[in-house]
Amino acid sequence: MRDFSYLRAGSVEAARQAAALPGTMILAGGTTLIDLAKCGVAEPDSLVDITHLKGLDKIEVSARGATIGALAKMGHVADHADIKRHFPAVSEALWQAASAQIRNMATIGGNLMQRTRCPYFRDPANFPACNKREPGSGCSAIGGVTRGHAVLGTSDACIAMYPGDLATALIAFDAIVHLGERQVSVDDFFLLPGATPDKEHAIEPGEMITAIEIPDSAAARRSTYLKIRDRQSYEFAAASAAVGIEFEADGRTIRDLRVALGGVATKPWRARAVEEALKGKVLEPDAVRAASLLAVEGAVDNGANHYKIELAPRVVARAILKMGETA
Amino acid sequence: MTVHNMRHGDASDGGADAIGGRLSRVDGPAKITGSAKYAVEQQLEGLAYAVLVESTVASGKVRRIDTAEAEAAPGVLKVLTPDTIISLRTASDWFGTPPPDKPYCPLARDITFSGQHVAAVVAETFEQAVAAAALVKVSYDETPSIVDLSDSKAGDGIPIDAMTKEWGDAQAAFASAPVRICAAYNTPREYQAPMEPHGLIAHWEGDKLTVWEPSQWLDGMARTYAEWFDVPFENVRLVSPYIGGGFGSKALALSHGAVAASAARMLGRPVRLVMTRPQTFTGYGGRAATRQTVTIGADGEGIIQSIVHRGINETSMDGMWVEPLGSVTSIMYATPNFSSKQNVVRVNSVVPGAMRAPGENPSAFGIESTIDELAYEVGIDPLEIRLRNYAEQDPHAKKAWSTRQLREAFAVGAERFGWARRTPEPRSMRDGNQLIGWGVAAGTYPVRRAYGEAIVRILADGSVEVESSSIDMGQGTYTILAQTAAETVGVPADNVVVKLGDSRFPRAGVAGGSRLAGVMTGAVYKAATSALDQLVGLAISDPRSPFHALQANTLVVANGRISSPRGDGPDLSIAKLLTSVGRDHIEATGDTMPANSTAQDRYKNYTTIAMALPHTEGDYSRHSWCAHFIEVRVDEDFGTVRVSRVVSALDSGRLYNPKLAESQWKGGIIMGIGQALLEEGIVDRRHGRIVNNNLADYLVPTNADIPDIEVISVGIPDLHSSVLGGKGVGELAIVGVAPAIANAVFHATGKRVRDLPITLEKLI
Repeated sequence: MRDFSYLRAGSVEAARQAAALPGTMILAGGTTLIDLAKCGVAEPDSLVDITHLKGLDKIEVSARGATIGALAKMGHVADHADIKRHFPAVSEALWQAASAQIRNMATIGGNLMQRTRCPYFRDPANFPACNKREPGSGCSAIGGVTRGHAVLGTSDACIAMYPGDLATALIAFDAIVHLGERQVSVDDFFLLPGATPDKEHAIEPGEMITAIEIPDSAAARRSTYLKIRDRQSYEFAAASAAVGIEFEADGRTIRDLRVALGGVATKPWRARAVEEALKGKVLEPDAVRAASLLAVEGAVDNGANHYKIELAPRVVARAILKMGETA
Repeated sequence: MTVHNMRHGDASDGGADAIGGRLSRVDGPAKITGSAKYAVEQQLEGLAYAVLVESTVASGKVRRIDTAEAEAAPGVLKVLTPDTIISLRTASDWFGTPPPDKPYCPLARDITFSGQHVAAVVAETFEQAVAAAALVKVSYDETPSIVDLSDSKAGDGIPIDAMTKEWGDAQAAFASAPVRICAAYNTPREYQAPMEPHGLIAHWEGDKLTVWEPSQWLDGMARTYAEWFDVPFENVRLVSPYIGGGFGSKALALSHGAVAASAARMLGRPVRLVMTRPQTFTGYGGRAATRQTVTIGADGEGIIQSIVHRGINETSMDGMWVEPLGSVTSIMYATPNFSSKQNVVRVNSVVPGAMRAPGENPSAFGIESTIDELAYEVGIDPLEIRLRNYAEQDPHAKKAWSTRQLREAFAVGAERFGWARRTPEPRSMRDGNQLIGWGVAAGTYPVRRAYGEAIVRILADGSVEVESSSIDMGQGTYTILAQTAAETVGVPADNVVVKLGDSRFPRAGVAGGSRLAGVMTGAVYKAATSALDQLVGLAISDPRSPFHALQANTLVVANGRISSPRGDGPDLSIAKLLTSVGRDHIEATGDTMPANSTAQDRYKNYTTIAMALPHTEGDYSRHSWCAHFIEVRVDEDFGTVRVSRVVSALDSGRLYNPKLAESQWKGGIIMGIGQALLEEGIVDRRHGRIVNNNLADYLVPTNADIPDIEVISVGIPDLHSSVLGGKGVGELAIVGVAPAIANAVFHATGKRVRDLPITLEKLI
């Protein structure tokens, strides 16, 4: 049988040193890692358990923003009163993610490392070709069952969809990932597949997510996460939108707008074209719907996922209009 | 309760304990607390673990299986391949048809579907077996496959003449009808997806085999194991006291069971084999994909003149599964002219199997959608058109219904739902962005009848024990048999212990086709009546009995006590009476078999389905009936459909326990919501493989998808259908849910979706 070593890290520094070794993976909530190990995708030689490290599960919210420790549980962050008040989209994204049981186990750091649900990626025994798993082996998804695959940010090497909700909300509000001393914006933390879909995150061996920082903004305080899916609960997004809005003093003219898409792209997707088209304009339904079409500029479908190109702008428009209503 | 005066009405007089009472599930506490031990939780000394290796191609031949690396892996005891597994005999099918005299190998050399078992690894631990199974290298000579019904190579299939139903001249009547509707309906592969995956522990002691395995049919599966291994039927013991859901999938011994029992025999050790969740999508069959064309010719008033129905379902390359698609089409509405024919198409899939209401379920999706289309075509309310075409007798068998409370179901359901407030035009009801639609559809399921036997013992302490090899997979057998014995003997249900799920007990046929409750309440009623007769007989005639001097004709047994009808004699507990007459128990076996049945008849009855009585036997046609009224909300921008209200009125005859029947009905409705909106096995057309073979990707409803469901019983006792007056419960309620939702979606959106499931991209 496949043996692996298990190390319970005594400190962040010890965890980082251990994780620098090839074949080593960090174990936090385990909700992704154990799942991937069972389907034969994750085959670590050693695991570094960080669940007992002190101080990494803090949730601090101040006038400058929020800092969420990597070991904070999804459920705790979703239910945190100050997160709800300052970053409703973040709380809502978490509430609509996974199931209650998973939210109670899964950590925020681990959530960012969640991998794609592409069925070809998750079945090595039947589909050996997967550039994400085995660079250069090909992509089994292209030409296959693509209903859940990405329409934005794809490449010839990979069309796997990024499935998470939280990061979609984070990217809308310019959140920053703390990797110890180094800090990376969430937008830069997630990489486009390009020719190297195996490389998903801007994290180097020996680095570990320690916290996520979300800067305060008026748009974040007035934000929402709208998730559309086949099933009402415990289901990944067919398309989702994180939207935050700030009006001028007139209560109608858009001063700041943040729009990000989930469920349609290979990474959490900031729709800046929509933001720019509406900033400075009066919020008005037809203008919002027209601008929302810019969310899927450049989208490419693979047949069964074509509906996402239709759906995503409608989700964006509904979310923006909903935020306008609460003026 | 007097001895020979059992009531057949809707018993509300005896409280929860009596037949018809709302007794809670007696097996509930064991399941809630975790003390209920499921099949593969048995702890056996020397247990070894088997893991299956499956084909990764859909069609072809196994060229070579390289087992060297797996055999050398730590803990490995045996690698089984078609070349190394012991030879078995082919078993007869579930009709008892004598099998061809040829060997049976549960591991395949000729591959007919992706996911077929080709090898198995047995090791000291489960983890070792999993790791070694990944080291078995199988190479194939692959040949082109036929993926599914839409494959251009699939063809028209094989006509199944036995499915043909015709009367009048349907084609001519359709051609001359003033109003003509013709539409095609498709349903995808669907899976039973029981919470407890399939698995077993097989243990040989000499030539005797014990199998702990979740089973809907102990005696049928024991027969198959006995035939495979060429040992007497009595040598095989199946044990299955608890089952984590079956929905039709656990009625037959399957190839993985043959692999595990072979491994146990070869190793001389007990072997455990549990399917992975992905294997449950290919290790046995779900509901076959189906296609139907339904044409209705009617007059301007919506009165049906003709129905022409053509159906096909998929089956495997080497197995035959017929999903009877004309079953509801031929009986739901009165029509002077009718034609239904069915073909079966071979594709590279595992042979499909039984899944809740096989046949009736997809059949109802066709006819109950088409009648809705007809209603809009002629401008008549969808409920009214059903009443105008109400079948006053079985249009196919030309026999009277035993009971058919469908008109009452329509009336009660419509009233509770508020159907009269519905505005007929599509897209005429909305709430903000939500388009609201109201749909109606009817459902039906035949009363399948067979025979059963049971032992009832009255023990020294006055308690009652019931034994039967029938099973409880959550539908409530333990509970209703306790109620039957309690009421019949005259003791509280708390004093009844029901033992099920062991093939050593008195035998029972399959728990399938919604027949078990009707069969087993009848058998227990007979056995309990006989035990009570013995008890009263002893009390009257035994010289040591305190009642002997009374010279009474009969006595009353109630609440565990025995007394004279006029209250003029002793009044004592059953325990005291048994002590006084020097007996430590009374035992009676009861069965519902015809009196002249031979031992062979009995064996055939319990181990095959060949003895089941046709539902149209004699003067009557026997069916359960229901009407579903469903509200959906469709987001006009997103196309998402959510069911917001369900009112269903159902006729299952007399209910042995309304609480449990309501629960089963609701379960069927929930499963129907899944079928309508979510469930679909999705095939990769290049590989012929189901890619959403897990519970994250094969969607079934969550709590959030299910609104409050109101179910109303409109049944009356039907003594043509069963000894105690009940009709089928378990399968009925799923029938008609999908068309009611599709009809509601049409009302909401103006879009007619004829391909299940109704996913958002079909509506945006």
